[in-house]
Amino acid sequence: MATAQSSQSALRVTPELASEHGLTGDEYDHLLDILGREPTLTELGIFSVMWSEHCSYKSSKFWLRQLPTAGERVIQGPGENAGVVDLGDGDAAVFKMESHNHPSFIEPYQGAATGVGGIMRDVFTMGARPVANLNALRFGAPGHEKTRHLVAGVVAGIGGYGNCVGVPTVGGEVNFDAGYNNNILVNAMCVGLARTDKIFYAAASGTDLPVVYVGSKTGRDGIHGATMASAEFSGDADEKRPTVQVGDPFTEKLLIEACLELMAGDAIIGIQDMGAAGLTCSSVEMADKGGVGIELDIDRVPAREEAMTAYEMMLSESQERMVMVLKPGAEKQAQAIFEKWGLDFAVVGRTTDTGRLVVRHKGQVEVDVPVDVLANSAPEYKRAWKLADPPAVIPPEEVPGPESLTDALETLLGSSHLCSRRWVWEQYDHMVMADTVQRPGGDAAVVRVHGTSKGLAASADVTPRYCTADPREGGKQAVAEVWRNLTATGALPLAITDCLNFGNPERPEVMGQFVGCIEGMAEACRAFDFPVVSGNVSLYNETDGKAIPPTPAIGGIGLIPDLDAMATIALKAEGETLLLLGSERGHLGQSLYMREILDQARGAPPPVDLEAERRTGDFVRGLIGEGSVTAVHDVSDGGLLVALAEMAIASGIGVAMAAYGGPLPLHAVLFGEDQGRYLISLAEGEDEIISRAMAAGIPARTIGHTGGDELRLSDEVFWPIQQLKDLHEAWLPDYMKSI
Amino acid sequence: MKAAVVVFPGSNCDRDVAVALEAASGAAPNMVWHGASEVPDSDLIVLPGGFSYGDYLRSGAMAAHSPIMRDVVKKAGDGVAVLGICNGFQVLTETGLLPGVLMRNASLKFVCRDVRLRVERDDTIFAADYRTGDVITIPIAHHDGNYFADPETLDELEDSGRVAFRYCDQAGTVSAETNPNGSQSNIAGVYDKSGRVLGLMPHPERLADAALGGTDGAGVFTSLLGALN
Repeated sequence: MATAQSSQSALRVTPELASEHGLTGDEYDHLLDILGREPTLTELGIFSVMWSEHCSYKSSKFWLRQLPTAGERVIQGPGENAGVVDLGDGDAAVFKMESHNHPSFIEPYQGAATGVGGIMRDVFTMGARPVANLNALRFGAPGHEKTRHLVAGVVAGIGGYGNCVGVPTVGGEVNFDAGYNNNILVNAMCVGLARTDKIFYAAASGTDLPVVYVGSKTGRDGIHGATMASAEFSGDADEKRPTVQVGDPFTEKLLIEACLELMAGDAIIGIQDMGAAGLTCSSVEMADKGGVGIELDIDRVPAREEAMTAYEMMLSESQERMVMVLKPGAEKQAQAIFEKWGLDFAVVGRTTDTGRLVVRHKGQVEVDVPVDVLANSAPEYKRAWKLADPPAVIPPEEVPGPESLTDALETLLGSSHLCSRRWVWEQYDHMVMADTVQRPGGDAAVVRVHGTSKGLAASADVTPRYCTADPREGGKQAVAEVWRNLTATGALPLAITDCLNFGNPERPEVMGQFVGCIEGMAEACRAFDFPVVSGNVSLYNETDGKAIPPTPAIGGIGLIPDLDAMATIALKAEGETLLLLGSERGHLGQSLYMREILDQARGAPPPVDLEAERRTGDFVRGLIGEGSVTAVHDVSDGGLLVALAEMAIASGIGVAMAAYGGPLPLHAVLFGEDQGRYLISLAEGEDEIISRAMAAGIPARTIGHTGGDELRLSDEVFWPIQQLKDLHEAWLPDYMKSI
Repeated sequence: MKAAVVVFPGSNCDRDVAVALEAASGAAPNMVWHGASEVPDSDLIVLPGGFSYGDYLRSGAMAAHSPIMRDVVKKAGDGVAVLGICNGFQVLTETGLLPGVLMRNASLKFVCRDVRLRVERDDTIFAADYRTGDVITIPIAHHDGNYFADPETLDELEDSGRVAFRYCDQAGTVSAETNPNGSQSNIAGVYDKSGRVLGLMPHPERLADAALGGTDGAGVFTSLLGALN
């Protein structure tokens, strides 16, 4: 074995230095065993990032295997840059969601911006043109001193990046909860479109092939970003600002165009973006997947700063960079394309048959390690976990009614949780590319598959308060909610990506939340034939020992075969009949009613009956497909009355509700968050659809009729739509104005 | 109508406007790279929206000095119609083909939403398919759309009828409440002296297809087709 010598040999690697790199004593001993010698400083840096939680999934891998990942439409499941799903006619959707939590808390604009940039690179690396961005954002309590600043910065960062690149940001979710006061979550999702015969993978198959570096120059930014993202904060978050990368969306736009132009030909064998752990992670992954070695000559890497060491070069997380392995002789053609787009292009190495990663810098061998060891020897932990018994279900009769129904709805609609997110999405260009057929504000966003009449629906959801109360049910519900939102547009849900945000996995109760959520998700995915094709795990979201609420954000996509049969939540005309499909149980435990009106968080979350959920959803999708309904909205946060109000607000058309004659308390009917329910509006055929629903085993009840300009519960209780709209729109702008 | 769309590095509405042009005219426009020295023989040159050169210096400032713009300025002088949308409008002001500047929005935030526009005149090649006083709905999506010109320029624009569109409400009323970005006199678009160069911040190409929620923007392209065919 050739022994690598560090040019910084003065700096001997010691157990203390290893510890500063985030390796435990056992992990460092493991490293010494593998190498049979002390690592060089650069090697230590490389192993520390490859073995970081962020890159190695060492705490989560064991459990992730429980998730179903196969399906008839799955072209590529987890393990590549993004998942790939067949849309028919040679079209494929490529998508993934990823966290950028730690950097966004430290530097919200750049943290969020580079999160968007990174996830888009994961998608176009595979040959897809990004066509839709979504995000799932969690901030601290509105009253927390940092919240406004973080909201302003994150939203501006997401917009600043996506708008410039020219990919519409079409959907997402925003929550406020004190549980995120010191650990916000910024989860970015990107969906791209490719042709099924033009999907690109990371594998660098073949030896003596040129390894090419393209994109931005390498600087000292983001060194050890992955390691930072794998540790909890302890009041010193601000000191970590230098580990946050800086984004350049203009270069990203050029990189997309240049890569797609090169991909139109057949020059590329393997391609990988440089994300976490930069050149290290990307070259190791490519070599490992191709079963080859890689030699890199670091002196040839385009550098933005002088006198960078091999350590810095290998660990830099400078943005907007890619590594490619090209067919021999294709360098000139590739170089011409990248030069046309004004991007750096350099042959920095070649693939070898040695199976080793060898890095040379100024004539010295700085790294010489077997690729297989680097890629596959990360420790895997089956950490201790403890899942608390779920709380008891609170019967509806035991939850007090509001003092005033009128005030209760107004409080809910004007709350930080349910208010309009317009202030956010108007800062995102959600129409660029001119294919956004369903804009933000509905159940799911829909973009047209360019040049066709097919639609791609996308949604991102999770209800952390449910996950906190009962991780299993919460995990199930997150998947069901996405599936339902896609269904409500008429889309056939195809697959999901996940972004699993939790606290410190070394604590058994946090690990228990993780295990519970995974089990619930897996069960729901199986019930819906809704596999997980990509994802990301973000652990150590905690500060001074206080973890975030368990937040397994789910991003799903669905296919609308013909956009003529697409549903939206807005009511379309007066004189229509509104039906509620699905069981009414008046479940108020963990509801927003309980949280916002009673200031409580008690009991079990609403259970998800997966069979009933599927039955009801399939029925609704069928109705949309045959053109029997004019508007559809799923009933979720806030319950039936909030869902009705949202349909009315979206259209300006009022609703006169039918009297409720059932056995449940009225406030439980109106605010209960029973799962698996949809509101549908019919121009005609009420009796027929009710009997078809009954025949299919789906409860159906006439909720009311459209018309007028009020939401009318009774002669005594009613709300002018304009008033509801005003208070629904007011909270977020008012809050942000008070900076 | 022979149309050309200039593509700067960072343009991102070039495809969108090409689709709208083709839908109106049946012919795909020529896509012309910024580094080219000449626009092929055309009746219409479009400068599309986006972030040319990242807009890192000042919106449109770098693009105004790209090689192709020398020929665009020359051809505009020869009477070739030029349409600048959003970033294209910013480029046109930076080249001096149109007066004024587009400053940062008064809100200091990027804003993307549908706005109502009042058509100020219909006797131009860009607006012949509208009627003066029509209220149309078209989206805006910009960070720097706050139109500013000095008082003399503004007077000249008003006196010579060179304001193309103004931000208004559903009824066509122009007021501070209907101004999305702080533009003087709610100006959303202006013509040059010849009436053959138009710059506007809103994106007509984004609502020129019923599937996207409206077709009010199509009038710009059909008007041009009628005038230039």
